[in-house]
Amino acid sequence: MIHLQNIRKRFQRPEGGSFDAVCDTSLSIGEGEIFGLIGFSGAGKSTLLRLINLLERPDQGAVIVAGQDLTAMNAKALRTARQQLGMVFQQFNLMANRTVADNIAFPLEIAGWSKADIANRVAECLEIVGLGDRAQHYPAQLSGGQKQRVGIARALAPRPKVILADEPTSALDPKTTQSILDCLQDINRRFGVTVVIVTHEMHVVRSICHRAAVLDAGTVVEVVEVNAGEVDARSELARSLLEAA
Amino acid sequence: MDDMTFAAALADLLSLAPEIWQACRETALMLAVGLAAAISLGGPLGIVLYLSQPGQLFANRWINGLLGWTVNLVRSFPFIILMVSLVPLTRLIVGSTIGPVAAAVPLSFAAIPYFARLVEQTLREIPRGVVEAAEAMGASPLQIIVKVLLNEARSGLISSLTILTISFLSYSAVAGVVGGGGIGDLAIRYGYYRFQTDVMVAMVLLLVLIVQIIQFAGNRLAARLDKR
Repeated sequence: MIHLQNIRKRFQRPEGGSFDAVCDTSLSIGEGEIFGLIGFSGAGKSTLLRLINLLERPDQGAVIVAGQDLTAMNAKALRTARQQLGMVFQQFNLMANRTVADNIAFPLEIAGWSKADIANRVAECLEIVGLGDRAQHYPAQLSGGQKQRVGIARALAPRPKVILADEPTSALDPKTTQSILDCLQDINRRFGVTVVIVTHEMHVVRSICHRAAVLDAGTVVEVVEVNAGEVDARSELARSLLEAA
Repeated sequence: MDDMTFAAALADLLSLAPEIWQACRETALMLAVGLAAAISLGGPLGIVLYLSQPGQLFANRWINGLLGWTVNLVRSFPFIILMVSLVPLTRLIVGSTIGPVAAAVPLSFAAIPYFARLVEQTLREIPRGVVEAAEAMGASPLQIIVKVLLNEARSGLISSLTILTISFLSYSAVAGVVGGGGIGDLAIRYGYYRFQTDVMVAMVLLLVLIVQIIQFAGNRLAARLDKR
């Protein structure tokens, strides 16, 4: 579903000089997979995620999603392709002046859906994330967990093939974290949506991921398999992440 | 103030009622033109200033620098000097340099960069992540401006407009003295030149009342639009 080929992303430091956030990395993520990107702070995991929908443009290499090379597209084609890639953020990034329903409707308005189709789909998505009674609330009236559910519903609304989740539970308490992870897993199972999830917590990987890439200094150290909540890790880094969990 | 002089002042004002009404209309006209120019030209200018900043959608150091410099240039003129230096332009556009319509030209000129800065500052308060989320969903730049930036900033924009209106009510009094007419002009002509202090006091009270009403209405509307 997602193929990153020899990706390099270099950032300029404000004080001069540069560093490689991602260097010469290749990664393949299969259809219907829940794939984790795990590493300590500054390992390049968020940058790698943002390279998948080209929020960051790679300096080198190709990003291929569902058979399409995003790096070769013009701006308009890229916007259309992005509608197939939902995104969920650590800080939710909901629009404060739109109701819950209107936040979820936003990507559908962008995609040019009719009013009636939008209303149906928004109601459907609210049910999926269990917020059917909050449609007319504003984000400020919701708890953190509820805001993230709105974020997930918004990402899910245009029936994307992939959902990219950037530390979706890092701003939440442990109990809410589990319910959000369950929600993502539920969506993955019911609709076959591929989920890529960035996290620094091994328990997130254990709890829902099928596989995960362990990142350090902008490179993939190891891709680990998760079987029944057990992570089969070889690298020292992956083991230290396991112990930290 | 004893009863006699108060009655005399009241009679004075009543005899001036048609002129006061005329002055109110002139002030309203100057404000309306100035604010319309500010919203229609200053608003987009403020959006461009914001979007061309480093890290924003259309980051461009040269455009941002040039526009910022021009805005600062116009804003550094004391208003009365701006009025005088714009006399040839005013004559070209309006055909006269006297009257509220003529005064509206320099008023607009000053209001445009002023409002542009207010808009820029208001847009800066929107979290970058919200714009980024819209980008990630495939929103076009126009959709981001209209559906995200302006909608998220709507309450701040109303507050900015309130500040602008009140500032320019005061500027219009200056413009009035140089032949524009309006409430400020009336206060100077009768109150100062003819020593009719009662007229001056009444006009100032009228301005105080108008300012209070504008601020009250602005606050109410901004609060209603703010769902943060």
